[in-house]
Amino acid sequence: MLLIRCPYCATERPEIEFRHGGQAHVARPADPSAVDDAAWSEYLFFRDNPKGVAAERWRHVHGCGRFFNCLRDTVSDRILATYPAGAPRPTLGAEGAR
Amino acid sequence: MTAGRSFRLASGGLVARDAPLRFSFDGADYEGLAGDTLASALLANGVRLAGRSFKYHRPRGIVAAGSEEPNALVELGAVGRREPDTRATTAELFDGLSARSQNRWPSLRFDAMAVNSLFAPLLGAGFYYKTFMWPASFWERLYEPLIRRAAGLGRIAEARDPDRYETVHDHCDVLVVGAGPAGIAAALAAARAGAKTILVEEDFVAGGRLVADRREIDGVGGAEFARAAQAELAGLPNARVLVRTALFGAYDHGEYGAVERVTDHLADPPPFAVRQRLRRIFAKRCIVAAGAIERPLPFGDNDRPGVMLAGAVRAYLNRYAVTPGTRAVVFADNDDAARTLADLALAGVEVAAHVDPRPGAAARLTAASGVATRAIEGVVTRALGRLAVTGAASVDAAGAAWRVDCDLIAVSGGWTPSAHLTTHLGGKPAWREDIGAFAPGALPPGMAVAGAAAGDFGLADALTGGWAAGARAAQDLGFAPPPPREPKVDPDAPARASTLRVHPGARGKVFVDLQNDVTTGDVALARREGFRRPEHLKRYTTLGMATDQGKTSGPLGLAELAALEGREVSDLAPTTWRPPFTPVAIGALAGAHVGPDLQPTRLPPAHAVAVEMGAVFVPAGPWLRAQYYPQGAESGWLEAADAEVRAVRAAAGVCDVSTLGKFEVAGADAAAFLDFAFANPVGALAPGRVRYGLLLRDDGMAMDDGTVARLAPHRFVVTSSSVGGPAAHLHFDFQRQARKPDLDVRIENVTSQWAQFSVAGPRARDAIARVLDPAFDVSDAAFPYLAAGEARLAGGEPARLFRLSYSGERAYEIATPAQWGAGLFRALVAACEELGGRAYGLEALNVMRIEKGHVAGSEIDGRTTPRDLGLDKFVAKKKDFVGRAMLSRPTLLDPARPSLVGLRSVEPDARIVAGAHLLAEGAPFDARHDLGHVTTFGHSPTLGRWIALALVKDGAARIGTRLRAVEPLRGHDALCEVVAPAQFDPEGSRLHG
Repeated sequence: MLLIRCPYCATERPEIEFRHGGQAHVARPADPSAVDDAAWSEYLFFRDNPKGVAAERWRHVHGCGRFFNCLRDTVSDRILATYPAGAPRPTLGAEGAR
Repeated sequence: MTAGRSFRLASGGLVARDAPLRFSFDGADYEGLAGDTLASALLANGVRLAGRSFKYHRPRGIVAAGSEEPNALVELGAVGRREPDTRATTAELFDGLSARSQNRWPSLRFDAMAVNSLFAPLLGAGFYYKTFMWPASFWERLYEPLIRRAAGLGRIAEARDPDRYETVHDHCDVLVVGAGPAGIAAALAAARAGAKTILVEEDFVAGGRLVADRREIDGVGGAEFARAAQAELAGLPNARVLVRTALFGAYDHGEYGAVERVTDHLADPPPFAVRQRLRRIFAKRCIVAAGAIERPLPFGDNDRPGVMLAGAVRAYLNRYAVTPGTRAVVFADNDDAARTLADLALAGVEVAAHVDPRPGAAARLTAASGVATRAIEGVVTRALGRLAVTGAASVDAAGAAWRVDCDLIAVSGGWTPSAHLTTHLGGKPAWREDIGAFAPGALPPGMAVAGAAAGDFGLADALTGGWAAGARAAQDLGFAPPPPREPKVDPDAPARASTLRVHPGARGKVFVDLQNDVTTGDVALARREGFRRPEHLKRYTTLGMATDQGKTSGPLGLAELAALEGREVSDLAPTTWRPPFTPVAIGALAGAHVGPDLQPTRLPPAHAVAVEMGAVFVPAGPWLRAQYYPQGAESGWLEAADAEVRAVRAAAGVCDVSTLGKFEVAGADAAAFLDFAFANPVGALAPGRVRYGLLLRDDGMAMDDGTVARLAPHRFVVTSSSVGGPAAHLHFDFQRQARKPDLDVRIENVTSQWAQFSVAGPRARDAIARVLDPAFDVSDAAFPYLAAGEARLAGGEPARLFRLSYSGERAYEIATPAQWGAGLFRALVAACEELGGRAYGLEALNVMRIEKGHVAGSEIDGRTTPRDLGLDKFVAKKKDFVGRAMLSRPTLLDPARPSLVGLRSVEPDARIVAGAHLLAEGAPFDARHDLGHVTTFGHSPTLGRWIALALVKDGAARIGTRLRAVEPLRGHDALCEVVAPAQFDPEGSRLHG
């Protein structure tokens, strides 16, 4: 089980309290009617599948109920950072750059 | 024969001689002692034949004394408690234990399937792949039943497991796995430093080799040392010792899985006690002190009952005071044999010969141990005997053949560190030339190894290494480490493991994997066929794939493959070990989550009233809802639901809709937010009004629907479907937090806080008026269709009233806080009954919505757009909302897309069922002619027909035509008329009536 730190509750809690919410930093175009098909399909259907650090959206569903973002290494399954929704993606130190 | 005689030594051992226990094996009664395992008790009674092998049904005995046992698998318990493939070597004896041997018929001594041995050439590696290939038509009818009958070891329980299991979460600083010398030392060091320490041991006695061998530490016997350490740890507030607890897996982020056998060893478990407990242990540091596993040696017929690992022989002698034989041959290629010789001699077992291939070793060790026996510098080539060992054939260095009579062959090919837990997270074992074995390689974060598991086989090294590991772990976590310890112990003989090959003079089958019946011949055959890597060899021959995961056989298989390939074992990559280390009962993994407790059941506030009324319930997602309320002579759902529909259409009915998802949405931007979240323009709603609400996903598909009521300019009450409530909640929260974080809006899920009832029928207003505060005006002028507002019940309780209709009748939904729900429901049922109506359930609700063509979850199935469902008239034209961008896609506008229609049976009694496929009259029943499917169905007493909703290609164009609704699984085939979705009162005149 992963131990995940909720940035709002500021505590490390077991994975079962959380729900994965897909890739983070996918912004909905402000005016969907103004974007072309390629940009809209990019937003709607295309997601990264990195081997290594992935930015993901998680929700503390059985806690504060809030969405936050998380950097997780998809190889080691280690959680490298969690941060509030809306905050920029943090840069990782030497440990996260493996 | 040996049975009937006692093989128990007069003294010694960790068994309680004043506590005899009765047990039975294959129907025969025996006596053992408290402290015995089933295996030691069988050996004490001279029972050495324990089972039949998996493929060839060869007679098998007891090989080991711990969880690595490959052979002595027995069936315990009966009916729902029947447990196959239990290792006799770990089953703790209790009074009344009843065990049976497996894989034999009609009896263990005479097994008809042993003829398989004669066909052994046909049953070699890859047998299934080669034999059961052609013709393909035989696969299902002949081959599969044949394979299923022959496959598997033991019989599974046929009845439901009557026992209880539970899951607990443990948190600690330092987890120590294995209570052998290294584990005890590590736990003592960590615990004395102040770290919160858990020591787990799969055995029921702590000590490991300390209780299996005769050892001395600082002048104290090994067993006494272990007992004292266990007592000290048990007395510390920050330490726990968990025996009978097998650590089976290492997982991410320092989580470990262990299963504790709580009552398996008790003759009479206390009532309500759990049988096994799954422990999820979260540890900051873990020290693996899991010891080492002894290797067998390869020779002909090395599977005969009486061929036993030397370390196990010593365990039976020292711990259980049982002699596993009367005349032994010791066959080993390491200096550990000196202990075996000495222990056998001390127990009065005659040692017929000591065989060791190393130059001069046999003579040297025999002399050193002072045991008078024949020293043979050579190898055992074959075990003689069939149901039991009767002798050993050997060849010495000069090429002379010896034949020695014996009933026990104690073998040792050295020891392999138990590295399993270190590889569960992807680590690879590393070759250690000095010990001739693979040892733990790179370790996961927070894990350390100590003692024999780290390749430190000597007792002194295990104690100092364990102590150092425990101290280091504590220090890492900020505790002051205790000073190092230098215990005085009796000396150890170095025991480098060998990679001994099969002697060319070996005759008979040489088994590599005893549990899966894999021989050296299978390894050679697999290699000839190109399976030359260990992972391929494993899968082709099933070597190491049995329940023991090749704990004893793995090194033999690698050595054999290396020899055939002309390579060193160190060049080969051992196969991967995965959890669980030892078998874990599914029941333990499931814990309490079985049957109705698989997930929580949600009950609406008035559930007890429905129970009193004799309602029949149906699960709807997590909810239990009343399906119908049978009255008088009504015999089943059809009669009751028909009567309920008639009552609503004629007078008034009440239905519990408390299960609907309910949300309070408030704030200055609540209207703007709802306009974004819903596809229809709900933000424009005037205060005091309610309307339909449709939710879409980003991809334009319908997600759920419900209602939106505006109670005040900045305060809305929103409902979703019952099953879709959690998804709707997620949708709202996501849109608010991620998409519209700047809006001033709050959303609360109040599903459980409010009870809600639908009151429908021509006399619904009269029914509602009887439960409301008389001051509340429910006249059509004051409270017209689609009005919403706050009210009070007759007793003054708060309420909310919505004039909504799902049934097509004049209808109201009335809500009150949950604590008054049961009372309100009672009052409404009474009011409806006085007016000639009654309560109605989900079935009648469904029939009436089909009559009206309203969609629900069976139509909103994730593949339908508002247009497909005939809801495009509701969709907003101007505003942006979730899902809008996709609605103008050409593919989603294709008129040929399946769209919603109504169906009614041409013959009154021809039942249309959900899931039926729709075909043109006369079309063949195949996928190419499939036009769509029935989503939901019911019997309409109003129309006197079976009716349904369906999604059909070119739906609108087919109205007025006829289609067949075919459901071949249950044999339904009904001719139906395609009609508009709203079959009853399409003008909606009854809404106001």
